[in-house]
Amino acid sequence: MSREVTFRVFRGEPDEDGVPNGELVDYTVEMDEGMVVLDVIHKIQAESAPDLSCRWNCKAGKCGSCSAEVNGKARLMCMTRMADIEEETPEGEPVLIKPMQAFPLVKDLVADVSWAYELNKTIPPITGPEEKDWVFSQEEADRVQEFRSCIECMLCVNTCHVLREHNMFDEFAGPRFFVRLADLEMHPMDAGDRLEMVKDDLGIGYCNITRCCTDVCPAGINITDNAIIPLKERVVTEYYDPLAILAKKLGLRK
Amino acid sequence: MTDVRNHQYDVLVIGAGGAGLRAAIEATRDGASVAVICKSMLGKAHTVMAEGGAAAALANKDPRDSWQTHFRDTMKGGKYLNDWRMAEIHAKESPDRIRELEQWGAIFDRIPPGLKGADGKPLKAGTISQRNFGGHTYPRLAHIGDATGLELIRTLQDRGIHSGMDVFMEYTVRRLFKSDGRVSGCFAYNRADGTLHTFQGKTTILATGGITRCWAVCSGSWEYTGEGHALAYWAGAEMGDMEFVQFHPTGMIWPPSVRGILVTEGVRGEGGVLTNSEGERFMFNYVPEMYKDEFADTQQEAQAWVDEVIADVTATQRRPPELLTRDVVAKAINSEKKAGRASEHGGVYLDISWRDEEQVKKKLPGMYHQFKELAAVDITKEPMEVGPTAHYVMGGVKVDPVTQESSVPGLYAAGEAATGLHGANRLGGNSLTDLLTFGKRAGEYAAKAAAEIDGYLEISQTDIDAVVAETLAPLNRQEGENPAKVVEDLREMMQEKAGIIRTGALLEEALSDLDELGARGEKTAPGGGRIYNPGWHQALEISAMADISRMCALSALAREESRGAHTRDDFPVPDRSHWGKVNSVIWLEDGEMKIRHDPCPPISAELRALLDASDLSEEE
Repeated sequence: MSREVTFRVFRGEPDEDGVPNGELVDYTVEMDEGMVVLDVIHKIQAESAPDLSCRWNCKAGKCGSCSAEVNGKARLMCMTRMADIEEETPEGEPVLIKPMQAFPLVKDLVADVSWAYELNKTIPPITGPEEKDWVFSQEEADRVQEFRSCIECMLCVNTCHVLREHNMFDEFAGPRFFVRLADLEMHPMDAGDRLEMVKDDLGIGYCNITRCCTDVCPAGINITDNAIIPLKERVVTEYYDPLAILAKKLGLRK
Repeated sequence: MTDVRNHQYDVLVIGAGGAGLRAAIEATRDGASVAVICKSMLGKAHTVMAEGGAAAALANKDPRDSWQTHFRDTMKGGKYLNDWRMAEIHAKESPDRIRELEQWGAIFDRIPPGLKGADGKPLKAGTISQRNFGGHTYPRLAHIGDATGLELIRTLQDRGIHSGMDVFMEYTVRRLFKSDGRVSGCFAYNRADGTLHTFQGKTTILATGGITRCWAVCSGSWEYTGEGHALAYWAGAEMGDMEFVQFHPTGMIWPPSVRGILVTEGVRGEGGVLTNSEGERFMFNYVPEMYKDEFADTQQEAQAWVDEVIADVTATQRRPPELLTRDVVAKAINSEKKAGRASEHGGVYLDISWRDEEQVKKKLPGMYHQFKELAAVDITKEPMEVGPTAHYVMGGVKVDPVTQESSVPGLYAAGEAATGLHGANRLGGNSLTDLLTFGKRAGEYAAKAAAEIDGYLEISQTDIDAVVAETLAPLNRQEGENPAKVVEDLREMMQEKAGIIRTGALLEEALSDLDELGARGEKTAPGGGRIYNPGWHQALEISAMADISRMCALSALAREESRGAHTRDDFPVPDRSHWGKVNSVIWLEDGEMKIRHDPCPPISAELRALLDASDLSEEE
């Protein structure tokens, strides 16, 4: 027996001031076995709304393009199974689909994430030895590989209250870029020092460790405990630890 | 008058996957101003989906490896239709491309302490580790778990953004312009805001990836609609070997919504076994003559090889037949299905669950999550169901093996968009080092050529007006089909008539169906406006998909033999006397698609000596 599900999807564009201007539109589609949310969006496009905007690429959780808010929770549409969504959606209610709310709107489900690309350019790249064939252990690699598994879906940024509620995009780098910074700072061969930047320009102090970012990460990166807290500790040691500052003055440490 | 904005750059790079980014990095290093024009956002290109690894004869994991062996393996895997000069350059230069990637921040998996090579000498702990893959004699693939593509693209992205290149994200290129017989620039529209753009470039590099979205079951994203191939063809470039489309043997088949998603060959490299509905490990029945000496013929011997691999000691046993080349494994799975021994949902079983649970999660984390989340299958406890999926096109723009320039002056191609390296069948792991090696070369030579040119060639206003009108036409049509329907019909048709097993009759039908589908494609009505309108974008993709599909069907019809990825039911064996010695060439002339067959370039005696003598004597 075929089953139908109704999606209530945000449709609209920003007005001249950039404020989202649109409406929620209901679409009812027939379910096939094993569908994910993105399949339903594609079915809506194929059946009734070819101009419904949504980003996607790999449809396998590897590229981080199809981020959206499904029933109010930020997730990858390609990795969210309809079986789970139907279970969490109250009987008789539609499934609510909106674009990521922390970013400006482009149209429908597409958010403008250009902020992330601009910010990334300000982070100094790796500076390692000129000689080829670097040698380091798998244990050292493991620590950084966790950060390297980030797919830049921006779900963490969308969820972080410093950005979402307080809109501090100019003063705070957000979880994705602390992961990037942790990757560079803990890279076994990198000689760069970005701690002053982490403290001042990127505003790590604003994070008060609510772990919302970690909760939504589809790559399962332990953002708060493994990236943000160690960076905070390094900043504290470098700039606020009196013994460390004294040792530095005396030339006992770098 | 429609507003069209013009841009000028020394080098235009179309595509921002591995080949495009590597080309752009090289071109900027040589001082060129570079525009990277890409359909998706930066870092999302198809390269991100590569899983198993990048093949390079670093000889870290097995000191017996060398560029010569890599060259031999690549030629053998390609059934000797490869351009041997590209195979030589690739085998020689890949190791340096990997080492350089490491210096740009890529963190490959490492060799643990305490390992010994075949000669008993210790391997160097902490250097880049390498994994076994189909068709590679030794463990050769540098990798990061099963997410090598992500590491590669992120590394190039983070390097690239500091190199001075300008990136035009979510722009689709619709046409290459020619002036005085040279490619002088291109036309693109911005997918996000619908604005129209011309780019003048002294040289242009196509790094647009593949075409496998033309088949219903494929491992490719929406991007793989083949515009790059079509752009080159429309500009008059010669296209080679378009009949060779690789069906990867292991794609997901259940549930329907995930059909085609790739299951990495790494599963088999780590000891995964293929069985049919009767529980038989069928690959032992499909070892081709040319590989008989190199593969185990008993389960015991195959298991002994896997035990050595798990113990991280140098393999002394012959490898399991699951690691035969992709063309062989895909056809074997197809034969099992035909013989009525398919799995529950019409594939075969791939089982890695006999290995330690933690090891599976560590070595294949992506596969573990993919099956758990999309199919509710725990691969550490139960087998996967898999079947062939359209994965890669060996054919593409014919290029000079050294400079990557096409037959049209000023136009270069690299990566999957180009042809030559892989012949009739690509070895797993060779595409990532293909795009690094030849992406670098394309960037280098395109920048050098651009440096010799003063100023920009004028683009004809008539040409601009024509492509603008064509681009906006779907939005002006009030009545017509949903473009999604035409695309779906095209993909189903290609799957059925130009898929893994082909016949002359079906290919003839495919060609006539494509006339009709192409005509339907010109009449779709997506509705909506120019702001981020996927229906409009899809309507514009159809002409490229139809022409690409036609190239494939036409060259598949002409090749009356079975070789590598091309299998004809009506010509089931390789024809060594003729077809084994020619490459197909397709080009556009007076509005018509033409085909001819050129002899493979003669190989030097020195390199010929590296090849498998018994294969070659059979080829005589």
